[in-house]
Amino acid sequence: MSQRTPAASPRPVAAGRRSTPLPLLVEVRRQAGRRRTLVVLGLVLALPLLVVGAFALGDDDGGDGGASLVALATSSGLNFAVFILLASSGFLLAVAVALFAGDCIASEATWGSLRYLLAAPVPRRRLLGVKLAVGLASGLLAVVGIVASALAFGTLFYGGGDLSTILGTTLPFGEGALRLAGSVAYVFVSLLWVAAVAFWLGTLTDAALGAVGGAVLLLILSNILDSITALGDLRVWLPTHDAGAWLDLFSPVVDYSSVIRGAAVSISWAIVALVAAWWRFSTKDVVS
Amino acid sequence: MAPVMRVRGLSPVMTSPRRPRPSVRAVAAGTVGAVLAACGLVVAGAPGASAAAATSEVAPTTEDAVVAVGPEPDGSPVGLDATVFVPGDDAPATGWPAVVLAHGYGGSKDDLAGQAEDLARRGHVVATYTARGFGASGGRIHLGSPDYEGADVAGVVDLLAGRPDVERDDGGDPGQGAARGADPVVGVAGASYGGAAALLAEGTDPRVDAVAAAITWHDLAASLTPQSASALDGSPPAPGVLKEAWVGQLLRPSAPARGADGAAVELAPGASSPRPGCGRLAEDFCAAYLRTLEGGGVPTPELTALLEASSPARVLDGASAPALLVQGEADTLFGLDASLANAAQLRGAGAPVTLAWSTGGHDAIGELAADFRVRTREFFGEHLVPRRDRPANGAGDGRRAFTYALPLPAVAALAGGGGGGQDPDGTGSDDDGGGFVAPLRAQDTIPAPRAAQERATTALPLAGPPGAPEAQPLLFPAGGVPAARTSIPGLGVLGSLPVPALAAGSVVPGQSAVFTTEPLTDGLSLAGPVSVDLAVEAPTGSAVLFAALYDVDPDGAAVLPGGGVAPLRVTTGGGPARVRVGLPAVAREVPAGNRLRLVVASTDSGYAMPSAPALHTVALAGDLSVTPTATGNSAAPPLESATTVPTAQVVVAAVLAGLALVGALVLAVARRRARRRPATGSAAATGTTAAASGTGEGDDTDVVLRVDHLVLEYRGGVRAVDDASFTVRRGQVVGLLGPNGAGKTTALRVVLGLVRPTQGSVELLGTPVTPGAPVLARVGALVEGTGFLPHLSGRENLELFWRATGRPAADAHLDQALAVADLGDRVERRVGSYSQGMRMRLGIASALLGLPELLVLDEPTNGLDPPQITAMRQVLRDYAATGRTVIVSSHLLAEVEATCSHVVVMARGTVLAQGSVADLVGTASAVTVDVGDGEAQRALGVVRALDVGGEPPEVVADGGEGDRLVVTLAPGEGAPAADDVVAALVRAGVSVRAVVPRRHLEQVFLELVGEQ
Repeated sequence: MSQRTPAASPRPVAAGRRSTPLPLLVEVRRQAGRRRTLVVLGLVLALPLLVVGAFALGDDDGGDGGASLVALATSSGLNFAVFILLASSGFLLAVAVALFAGDCIASEATWGSLRYLLAAPVPRRRLLGVKLAVGLASGLLAVVGIVASALAFGTLFYGGGDLSTILGTTLPFGEGALRLAGSVAYVFVSLLWVAAVAFWLGTLTDAALGAVGGAVLLLILSNILDSITALGDLRVWLPTHDAGAWLDLFSPVVDYSSVIRGAAVSISWAIVALVAAWWRFSTKDVVS
Repeated sequence: MAPVMRVRGLSPVMTSPRRPRPSVRAVAAGTVGAVLAACGLVVAGAPGASAAAATSEVAPTTEDAVVAVGPEPDGSPVGLDATVFVPGDDAPATGWPAVVLAHGYGGSKDDLAGQAEDLARRGHVVATYTARGFGASGGRIHLGSPDYEGADVAGVVDLLAGRPDVERDDGGDPGQGAARGADPVVGVAGASYGGAAALLAEGTDPRVDAVAAAITWHDLAASLTPQSASALDGSPPAPGVLKEAWVGQLLRPSAPARGADGAAVELAPGASSPRPGCGRLAEDFCAAYLRTLEGGGVPTPELTALLEASSPARVLDGASAPALLVQGEADTLFGLDASLANAAQLRGAGAPVTLAWSTGGHDAIGELAADFRVRTREFFGEHLVPRRDRPANGAGDGRRAFTYALPLPAVAALAGGGGGGQDPDGTGSDDDGGGFVAPLRAQDTIPAPRAAQERATTALPLAGPPGAPEAQPLLFPAGGVPAARTSIPGLGVLGSLPVPALAAGSVVPGQSAVFTTEPLTDGLSLAGPVSVDLAVEAPTGSAVLFAALYDVDPDGAAVLPGGGVAPLRVTTGGGPARVRVGLPAVAREVPAGNRLRLVVASTDSGYAMPSAPALHTVALAGDLSVTPTATGNSAAPPLESATTVPTAQVVVAAVLAGLALVGALVLAVARRRARRRPATGSAAATGTTAAASGTGEGDDTDVVLRVDHLVLEYRGGVRAVDDASFTVRRGQVVGLLGPNGAGKTTALRVVLGLVRPTQGSVELLGTPVTPGAPVLARVGALVEGTGFLPHLSGRENLELFWRATGRPAADAHLDQALAVADLGDRVERRVGSYSQGMRMRLGIASALLGLPELLVLDEPTNGLDPPQITAMRQVLRDYAATGRTVIVSSHLLAEVEATCSHVVVMARGTVLAQGSVADLVGTASAVTVDVGDGEAQRALGVVRALDVGGEPPEVVADGGEGDRLVVTLAPGEGAPAADDVVAALVRAGVSVRAVVPRRHLEQVFLELVGEQ
């Protein structure tokens, strides 16, 4: 502890002109260097390379297998990207999105920095908004990143050919890439509810793992309920019911029904969870 | 989760999982018979997708009837078991267009009840009847003879024509009780066997106004005894090849008729055939069939003639009414070619035709049933209007003449169709299991059938395997065993399964000749006939061969679209016979890079084959001739977008979004108002402050913090802070003193707006504190440990924290704060690597950022070593000397005593005392006086004798030591104070070595706490 004292300033410093507290860029910088962020993004970027390696290792006596998994996945970069999206959208990306959204408030509470931000003061709604925006953007980065990485590695190893569909048709590269982009957008929208639920749980608990785990638990629960056919039409309200609807986008004639429905249901649940998060956080006593 | 599992179950891309689609919950394809029945009654139990007309809520009424129709050849009379469905009574009782529904082979009118009811609710009088030779109807089965089954439809139309509630074409007044032979507005619909009846009516009964026929035949001989080869030299064709597997199912002895109670009933004398094994099949058919079997499966001329007679082909030249044809793409019984031939003949006769190819058929359950039901409903809704009201230009329904579905992968089709079970209520609730929707293609022209086909526009060169002779040999094994298995009738299309284990049986090595194209450079859309010229040499003079066209992807996986093969019987006389082989029509999009492979096999398990072994050779005599519907994939635009907006979900999402938006707006307005209110509120506060100072209660302008009757109660009633009040003024260093759990930290949390108080209020610099109140910007705090991001350096933490406040960087005084922290180079290292003391110093530095007017430090000495503690004391004193204020909470009394100018003592949530340290300690009522050796007794006397007016002090010698006195001073005006005692002692010559206030803060504290 230095003996030097802060410069004696006879007049008390005025609160001064305050611009917007907690600018987006500051929050981005706060989150960017985290090991969590780096590990997830690194994994996301490396996964396609792992799969390429796995395909190369597996014995390639295909041919009799017909339009098998590997055969189509390795037919072009686009196909590879579609395969990676299919393999990762159900769980890996859901966990990544839940992690980014659920961890951002809970981890501040764990570090103890939440109370300092609030006493800074950053208004609670501003804090929520910025946290949510950066959390969602990170999730989007993961979804886009995994597909971009898959497309890059896929094109490198399997060529930049057309997108072959299982119906035996092909989509030219431009069209295929466009539909892939649409799929990425849909996958992200269909995961919004996971992000929102994780975000909400993050305002309830100081344990980041609890928030992420809770959201993933709900995801699994929804999948289980969705597999109970006796529930009939009720299942279309489950947020995971149309999780695979983006595959429709690769049909020669695109039927958007499931895509629209899935997006609407996901957004509905997301709104409910976000309102709950806002309600909870704006009335919460911060004791951590 | 689910999509990952789907990866294993199906292949990636394009499996279109789970669609909200009406699905065919038809019969599980268990036995061939079940499928035959299912195909016959396809129209029952399928859900409606888009209701064309409003449906009535009222159930239709039914009337049973027996329709007398033409007698059997032996003269025995025949009555048909019929039911009429009349729309419910909430609608006008007359003027209904009529519909006749015909059932499938082996079924009865009961199969049609669901569809009939549906049509009746939509405003049709519907007649269902059991065909001749089936169920409770009389007569025998003539397999769709125009003279029997065809004429029977006219009989049912007569029944409808006689009804007063049926709309009339001929202008006759239906109310007058029309005579037989009158012309009602009537349509006929049926699938398979019933489809043939519908087409027979179309060709023979001019009163029929519209016809819908599904998966039916054109020429029964061509369907059951096909001959796909025609000699290029024009010589007459050899007899066809008996489609034994199917024919065996169709012509097997039918069960005896059963009444409603399940008991066998005799309908008419001699209804059962005298010939054993024929059941209710007409005698001539049975005889010809048995003779064919005796002859080794070569169709006899009698059988061929009978089959040709029982064909729509014989009568369709007389057709004129609009016709809707639906054919299945998975159908080895009545293939797509039959529908092309029917369409061509109807067109030629001048009847408007709409043709649709749908997934499914006799071999597989696809979308056909639902498709047909919906199309029929719409078709009749459009065309069943009185002739006088019809537009002059005929059909003009604006639909594309020809639509076809691209087949789905067989795996998907089977997976979708397998689990259904019949939909009992016919409502067809949304079931994911069968909800595969095939993409549609459409065009304005219907492809010409094979017979009328010019050599097609596109020729694809074929070649045998490298090294193979031009004329490839193929062995026909004795008895035709083992046989290639391209399909199992009614079960599915094996060749179209991309599963090696199942498809392996479709080509037997040594028994086939294989010719393959080069990989296609462009995609190829096939919807129509395909043909190829072959040169066949048969040393035995005759050969039965089976040609099939496979779609082979670059990995070698071969698919037989539709599962159909072209059987050919070739007779040779010295030298090879050159024949043109018409391959089954398919609907297929072959992607670029795939090859087409022609496989000519000597065996096929679905057909009757000769028994003697033989070795044939097959060579190419020309290219593969295909009829592309258009070039490449992009050719045919989709007929209809299948997208239906899921209204409920979209509305819910929109409503929720709207509510959230409105809520946010309302809150924003409320906040703005609330922000205006404090402005007036603080003005009022200033007023009271002025008033308060006016009453001389003290100058309130320098109050930095006022805690007023603060209560904080946790759930369960525990009070962490219980009615605490204290005031902190500018320039003070205030120690918040109390044991652990006294409520110090909780009170500070309320001060910082982190926790809302249960009661009471906190005012900072004249402004009430609420969570996030702007006034908090003038407070720097370190509460309950530091809060730094462990992955950032100390400097980054301070910088980012300051930037998060949104204030200008110049106001931060970062260097001064860092100087206080005194971390040196370590300020650039990750906070995660800091010791607790370093973190604490960084925390104090963080609180000092911006040099706040009020500095709140909670237990700031935790983790600091004594020199650092000493240094910190000086920092705080100096800080207060600049006119700012410091609050330090601690449970270390010495710490507070040494650092603070003022103190607030808390215990158990309440404030026990507050004031300057000097006051608290200095009001001490006792002093210890050290006197010279041996002077204690004298000093005692002096003090006891002290009289300055008022009560004398109590005094005792302290303990065993003789040189110390403890003087207890009485309170009150005039009582001797400590200085009076000392003055008296000095005057008396007692040497006073030290005078010490008896009470330390510790003692005060313990007394205060002990009082509680």
